[in-house]
Amino acid sequence: MTSFPASQMIVGGIFLLCVVTTIMGALIAALTARIIRSVCGLAICCIGLAGLYYFLHSPFLALMEILIYVGAVCVTIVFAVMLAEPDEPVRDEHAGATLLWGGLAMVVSAAIFWGLWHLGARQNWTAPANRLTDGSVKAIGYSLLTTYSMAFELISLALLVAIIGALAIARTGRTKP
Amino acid sequence: MTPLPINDRPEIYLTVAALLLAIGIYGLLRRRTLIGMLISGELIFSAASLNFMAFNRFKAPDPTVGQIFVLFIMGLAAAEIAIALSIIIAVYRNYRSVKTRELSELNG
Repeated sequence: MTSFPASQMIVGGIFLLCVVTTIMGALIAALTARIIRSVCGLAICCIGLAGLYYFLHSPFLALMEILIYVGAVCVTIVFAVMLAEPDEPVRDEHAGATLLWGGLAMVVSAAIFWGLWHLGARQNWTAPANRLTDGSVKAIGYSLLTTYSMAFELISLALLVAIIGALAIARTGRTKP
Repeated sequence: MTPLPINDRPEIYLTVAALLLAIGIYGLLRRRTLIGMLISGELIFSAASLNFMAFNRFKAPDPTVGQIFVLFIMGLAAAEIAIALSIIIAVYRNYRSVKTRELSELNG
């Protein structure tokens, strides 16, 4: 079997593009001052994550990520942004406290990143001896309708309750002047 | 033995997931509006999902379990977003603001 020339490098390049998209999207989502840019950063991050899921042999979840996060969650947040005016307020406290709390948040997140990275990436996890299923969409469907059917039904119930609750909460106070 | 291609190394996925979690926690600590905190929470959800998927792909004997778990995480995240945004809109209607500094009625 002859492979396309330099196909390995092309695949690696696309993978690196996905990684960079994910991280840059997350940075945009967390750091920009205007909320609408933050939502766009979340969408970019989710598109990169979908690419990573594709590389993890799960095209079904890649599709679901784009469908649910970019298509539903980000659009819903954009609607909320249009209804409220949630731009980050101008820093009203003096610069010392801002710098202190920003530095503290940076230290906390850096410590968490270092700990997780040390725990996850430097460890020698043992690979499984054999695979029970191939992880295809067909196998997912069989599992959802046999082993996980109860959890599946509970998720649908939770979504129903969430929809009704969201309607009820957002409706109260509409008649007030 | 040739080295593994870059997209078949679990540590890269785990590092990206740890970075996503760190960025999400930084945003959660630094944001001053409810919607900004919600977006950072979504980043944390994504980090957990990516971790599940990485371990599912490389280390789990049954590769459907992690995918189903991530599907459930997505469903619950969608439900959470719907509830949280309706609460935010109700709060905005009452206070004319979603800045966390000003929502201090329960502050003792």
